[in-house]
Amino acid sequence: MDWDWSYTGDILPDLLKGLRYTVVATLVGYVIAVVLGMVWALLRRTPFRIVNEAVRWVTEFIRSTPLLVQLFFIYNVLPAWGFKLSSLAAGIIGLGVHYSTYTAEVYRAGIADVPKGQWEAATALNLPTSRVWLDVILPQAFRRTIPTLGNYLIAMFKDSPLLLAINVAELLGAAFKVGSDSLKFLEPITLVGLLFVAVSVPSSIMIRRLERRYATN
Amino acid sequence: MPPTDTTPETPTPEEAEGPSLEKGAKTQSAAAPLPRGSTPGIRFEKVVKRFGRNVVLRELDFSVAPGERVTLIGPSGSGKTTILRLLMTLEKLDEGLIWIGDQTLWHMDKGGKRVPANQKHLHEMRKQVGMVFQQFNLFPNMNVRRNLTEGPVRVLGVSKDEADERARKLLDLVGLADKIDAHPSQLSGGQQQRVAIARALAMEPNVLLLDEVTSALDPELVVGVQDLLRDIARESDLTMLCVTHEMHFAKDISDRVLMFDQGQIVEEGPPDQIFGEPAEQRTRDFLQAVLAS
Ligand SMILES: Nc1ncnc2c1ncn2[C@@H]1O[C@H](COP(=O)(O)OP(=O)(O)OP(=O)(O)O)[C@@H](O)[C@H]1O
Ligand SMILES: [Mg+2]
Repeated sequence: MDWDWSYTGDILPDLLKGLRYTVVATLVGYVIAVVLGMVWALLRRTPFRIVNEAVRWVTEFIRSTPLLVQLFFIYNVLPAWGFKLSSLAAGIIGLGVHYSTYTAEVYRAGIADVPKGQWEAATALNLPTSRVWLDVILPQAFRRTIPTLGNYLIAMFKDSPLLLAINVAELLGAAFKVGSDSLKFLEPITLVGLLFVAVSVPSSIMIRRLERRYATN
Repeated sequence: MPPTDTTPETPTPEEAEGPSLEKGAKTQSAAAPLPRGSTPGIRFEKVVKRFGRNVVLRELDFSVAPGERVTLIGPSGSGKTTILRLLMTLEKLDEGLIWIGDQTLWHMDKGGKRVPANQKHLHEMRKQVGMVFQQFNLFPNMNVRRNLTEGPVRVLGVSKDEADERARKLLDLVGLADKIDAHPSQLSGGQQQRVAIARALAMEPNVLLLDEVTSALDPELVVGVQDLLRDIARESDLTMLCVTHEMHFAKDISDRVLMFDQGQIVEEGPPDQIFGEPAEQRTRDFLQAVLAS
């Protein structure tokens, strides 16, 4: 089995197009995960028992079922109830919602880590609840969560090939398609690996850098 | 406070070159943004506070006159911090009443009935009270300026420029005018505590609560903070409640000392009497223990 360079050149544009889907799905999904996770974390702190118990169970449930099953559910089951989504939209929502249950835990821990004295100083200054959260607690909690949140971005990126299962033309899907057409899989699948490394290694380095910057001051 | 011992008519050369803190306080005194005017007194009426089964305050009664400086002393666990925290609404009151001026802190009037306070009432009442903590508790995500303006802007509705101006004056007062753009992590403990004092004053409270504000400081930084508080006590008519183990300091700033044990007042009187000739054995034992440490 020899490496075919001209074949490699032919399929590269298709693969890069796939990579674009992968990156878009990851980034948009990440925004959903980061925002929705905060919503979960805040809802869990509301004084309403029913709300925070419900949120606890829902997030626990999502976290303990496989992403693949959730993707099939969103893409194949929800349409029966009238929610029809494109495969890409379903994939993005699946990724985002799944990972929001992880980021919610990160936020929860970050908030719990803010020293009690900060809450007390905020009370002593008589700050209204909204200001206590926006100006005092969340900025401090958020800073503590940056390294972990960065790691989840990379984890989501690496989980994105699962979107292939619901026909998203992402990188692995694209590779699989060109491979099936020509019955040559060595080059496309190897390229998939290389492209993933090409994106995630620089991202990791950037995240480490961010981490160091926020850890030092 | 008699001003005699702390403000000599003719400053000695030593004093003229004293620490910036001292100078700042002096030159600023006319324009010093310290509250003056009528301040309310405080009254505890049969106050009960429990933590689980542990009854920390058992029908405690005491009052503090408007503008009076009272120091609370007593062994560890006697309830001193709890008293201040109840006043700052950091702990919930179990029974009894706490009065600030002619209003109850933890209760409000509703159709002629006294009902537990809602958030709005607590918010109104808290405007009169400020607290300085042992661990400073500055907001590390804000610079010094923002630490001092956050409350005035967000709570008192002061304009940003005005709050900035006040922050500058207060930093002058505490001798840290050059640190306005610094972050708390760049300051020494003593500097942080002085900023924390300025932050409390920026809210223009009538009652200032000080809970062992120098006990987390390195010994050489204690004096600066104490001098500042002496100045504030002299220049303002704040009602002050202070917990401290530093007897010289307590003597200087307080009109009256309350000795607590197990949530009860064992003995009270002017500082000279309590520290000089305590009547109660428990007070003598406590003072001896403090001196020994
Ligand atoms: N959050 C809490 N939960 C349970 N018990 C508490 C709590 N805070 C205080 N206590 C208890 O209340 C009692 C009084 O505590 P407090 O902190 O008021 O004492 P203190 O006089 O300030 O002591 P110290 O000189 O050590 O600061 C102690 O027995 C303490 O264990
Ligand atoms: Mg205490």
